[in-house]
Amino acid sequence: MKFTSKAKVTEKIPTASMADIAFLLLIFFMLSTVFKQYQGLPIQLPRAQKTQKIETKRNITHVWTTAQGRVAIDDMLVDIPSIRTIMYNKRVVNPKIIVSLKTDWRARYGVVADVMEELKRADALRVNFATERKR
Amino acid sequence: MKIRKKLRVSEEIPTCSMADIAFLLIIFFLVTTTMNMDKGLGLVLPGFGEQKRVRKTQICNVWVNAAGSVMVGGEIMEISKIKGEIKRRLAENEKLIVSLKTDKESQYGTFIEVLDQLKLAEAPVISLAVPD
Repeated sequence: MKFTSKAKVTEKIPTASMADIAFLLLIFFMLSTVFKQYQGLPIQLPRAQKTQKIETKRNITHVWTTAQGRVAIDDMLVDIPSIRTIMYNKRVVNPKIIVSLKTDWRARYGVVADVMEELKRADALRVNFATERKR
Repeated sequence: MKIRKKLRVSEEIPTCSMADIAFLLIIFFLVTTTMNMDKGLGLVLPGFGEQKRVRKTQICNVWVNAAGSVMVGGEIMEISKIKGEIKRRLAENEKLIVSLKTDKESQYGTFIEVLDQLKLAEAPVISLAVPD
């Protein structure tokens, strides 16, 4: 009786070029990533000792207010009464939204109070007053 | 006559660990890079038209006027001293509600400084009163 000889199969996966593939992927992602360049309105943030980091990055909407009292949401100039609709729509999409109020320290408090009143009406209640850490 | 054997020296630089070195560098830079995170003073606003009745004794009023001077419960004080004062009042009454009322014409920077002091004093409930 004859036995057929077993065919020899190499068991190793070639790993020599794995690093090359990884680098290729890395370079691809490096080139295709675009960082956000535009940084809202020109403002100088106030300083506070109790400054804390916001734990999430995704649920944040920025509201910028300049020293002159101009307001912008997500890089778009808006007037104060329209904040209500914009924020309400955002809140419908994402109920966990945190509004980061980036306000110049020279701004009038009245403007900020008006913005906050609109946020209350839009039911966007989690706010964060953006500050720099004071040492 | 004897002919000397030539010494064989390998001409190749070993490249098998180059990838490891590169990955090590990548991981080092990944770990040391910090993205600029959003930071600030957090607060939860009350809902619109949501009003609570509280006893007057539980409220500590903090007023900020247009000139930037601050009054805590009836006496004018420097901003840096608010923390101590609020801490003292909190020791007397744990459930103290701090109501911060800021004039419309006052500077936002002053408001943040006062809010920072209240946060430093670890006031549990901070309410922002709507200016008239």
